[in-house]
Amino acid sequence: MVYLIRVQLREDYSNLIFYLSPLVAVALTLFFGSFIFLILDLSPIESFKIFFISPISNSYGISELFVKATPLAIIALGLSYCFKNNIYNIGAEGQLTMGAIFGGGIGLLFNDSTSVFLLPLMILFGSIGGAFWATIPAILKIKFNTNEILTSLMLTYVSLFILDYFVVGPWKDPAGYGLPKSMPFPDAGRLPVLFDGLRVHIGVYFAIIICFVTYIVYNKTLFGFKLKVSGLSSKASQYAGFKYKNLIFYTFIISGACAGLAGLFEVSGPIGLLYRDISPNYGFTAIIVAFLGRLNPIGIVLSSLLIALTYLGAEDAQLFLKIPSAVGFVFQGLVLFFLLGTDFLNKYRVFIK
Amino acid sequence: MSIELIIGILNIVLISTTPLVFAGIGELVTEKSGVLNLGLEGLMLVGAVTGFITLVLTGNYFYSLFLSIISGVILSGIFAFLVLNLMTNQIATGLALTIFGIGLSAMLGKKFAGTPIDGLNPYYFIVISFLLVFSVGYFLSKTKSGLIVRAVGENHNSAYALGYNVIKTRYLTIIFGGVMSSLAGYYISICYAPMWQEGMTAGRGWIALALVVFATWKPWRLLVGAYIFGGVAIMQMNLQAVGVKLPGQFFNMMPYLATIIVLVFISSNKLRLKLSAPSSLNIPFEKNQ
Repeated sequence: MVYLIRVQLREDYSNLIFYLSPLVAVALTLFFGSFIFLILDLSPIESFKIFFISPISNSYGISELFVKATPLAIIALGLSYCFKNNIYNIGAEGQLTMGAIFGGGIGLLFNDSTSVFLLPLMILFGSIGGAFWATIPAILKIKFNTNEILTSLMLTYVSLFILDYFVVGPWKDPAGYGLPKSMPFPDAGRLPVLFDGLRVHIGVYFAIIICFVTYIVYNKTLFGFKLKVSGLSSKASQYAGFKYKNLIFYTFIISGACAGLAGLFEVSGPIGLLYRDISPNYGFTAIIVAFLGRLNPIGIVLSSLLIALTYLGAEDAQLFLKIPSAVGFVFQGLVLFFLLGTDFLNKYRVFIK
Repeated sequence: MSIELIIGILNIVLISTTPLVFAGIGELVTEKSGVLNLGLEGLMLVGAVTGFITLVLTGNYFYSLFLSIISGVILSGIFAFLVLNLMTNQIATGLALTIFGIGLSAMLGKKFAGTPIDGLNPYYFIVISFLLVFSVGYFLSKTKSGLIVRAVGENHNSAYALGYNVIKTRYLTIIFGGVMSSLAGYYISICYAPMWQEGMTAGRGWIALALVVFATWKPWRLLVGAYIFGGVAIMQMNLQAVGVKLPGQFFNMMPYLATIIVLVFISSNKLRLKLSAPSSLNIPFEKNQ
C-alpha cells in the first residue's frame, strides 16, 4: 500500500464545485489566518472583527471599500479577456502606470484649463497609454512568439522607472519643496466624487459598465465565443479558422486599456497628482481578483470587493492591532494558494483507499 | 580615475551583486527542469527575515543560516506541491508566493526592524557563489543527474516514458531554487546590510528572474550577466557623483530592457534550440494524459 489517496480525472464537469471552490478557499484562508493571529498573541475573533467588519461599519469605510475595489475590478475585468484566451498578461501594473503617465500628462499639460473636455481627454489618453504599453508584449508575441509573461513583467519595471523619471525630473512641482511629485491636476481634471466628503468616485460607474459589457461579450457575441474556444483549445480555434493572432492582439489591447483607465482614475481621483507610489500593487492583486472571480464578470466584481476589504482591514489592523499592514498581503497570498489548490477538485475526483 | 577608485568600485560591485548570483543560479536550475518560479522575491524576503530573527534571538550564525535555509525548503516545498501535485498555474502560484512572502516577512520582522547585529564577512559568500556557479555548470553539462534535469525540462513526456521520475526531479530543482533564494536573502540581511527592513530585497528577485533569461539558461553567462547588471546599478550612482547628466532611471531600466531584447532573440525556434531554452518551461506535467 503505497498511496492512500488516489485521484482520477473527472469525466463530468461540476459547475457546483467550480463556483463553490472560491468560497472554500476563503474559508480556509480565514481558518489559517486565525492561526496567524494566535501566533501574534492576538484574539482571532477580535482581530477578524477589526480586519473584516469594523472597516466597513460606517459610510466612510464603505466609500473606501469602493475606492479600492474600483481599480481592482476594472483591471481584473480587462485581464479576464487575456486569461480566458490563455494569454498571461501579468504586466497590468505597468499598463496602469503608463495610463497614469499618459492621462496625467494631459492634466499637467493643460494645468490652467477649466474646460469640461479636459477630464474626458485625460480618460481617453489614460486608456491609450495602458493599451499602448500592452501592445508591446502583444506585438512581440505575435511577430516573434516571445513569451508574453516575461516581457509584460519586465515592462512593468521599465514603466515604474519612466514614472520616476517624470516626477523627479521634468514634471516635478516647482513649489513642491523638491519632493518627487507633480503639480496637482486642475479641478477640471479631477474625477467627480459621488457624495460630498467621501472619496468614492464615478469610476464605480465605469466598473459597472465594463462588467455589464464584458458579460454581454462573453455570453452573447462571436468574439466571446472565439475567446472561449481558443482558451479551451488553440488548435480547435485555428481549425475553425479563428485568427488566433488577432485574438491575442485585441485581448492585450482591452486589458491594457482597462489597466490604463484604472491608473488614470487613481491619479485623477483619490490622489490628484502624480508621484512614485500611485498604486499599492493593484496591477498584481487584480490577477488574484480575476482568478478568484473565476474569470466571470460578476464573480470578478464580487471578489474585487473581498480583496479590497483585505486592503482596508490591513490598514485598520496596523492602526489598532499594531501589526504591519503587510498582513493584508499574507491574506491575499493565502487566498490565492487555497483557490489554486481547490481548483484541483474541479479537474480530479479524489478518493481515499 | 585613480586605481584606488576603480578597485573600490569593483569591490562594491562584487559585494552588491552576490544576491543576484545566488537567486539567479537557483532559478536557473528550476527553469532548466521546466518550472518557472516567480516567487523569488518572496522567498528571498522570508529567508532574510528568518535568518535575521534567529541571529538576534540566539546569536548563533549557524542556527540562523540553517533556519533561513529551512524557510526556503518549506516555502518552495509548498510551491512545488501546488504546481506539481495539484497542477496549479505556475505563474499564479509564483505570484501568490511572492505576495505571501512580502506579507509574512514584514509581519514577522516588525519587532526586529532596526535591531543592530554583527554582520558576517561577505567574502565567504562571494567565494561560495563562484564555486556554486561552476558546480551547477558542471552538474548540468557533465553529470547524468544534470542530463535528467535537462531532459525533464526539455520534454517531460519523453523523460517520463524513459522511466525518469519527472515529479521527483522537479521537486528537487524547485527546492534547490528555493534554498538559493533564501541564501540570497540571508546574505542581504546578514552580510550586505546587515539589518532588517521591510521589503529590503528591493526588487532583486525580479532582476534575478530577468537575469536567468538574459543568460539564456547558461551558468557562466549568468555570472557575467549578474556582474553586468550589478555593475550598471553601481555605475549609475558613480556617474551621477561625477556629474554625468543622464537620468539614473535610464540605467535602472537597462537590465529589464536588455532582457526583453534577449527574449525576442531567443523566441525563434532555431535560436531557441541553439541557446538551450527549456521547451517544457511553464507547461504542467499530467501523468494521466
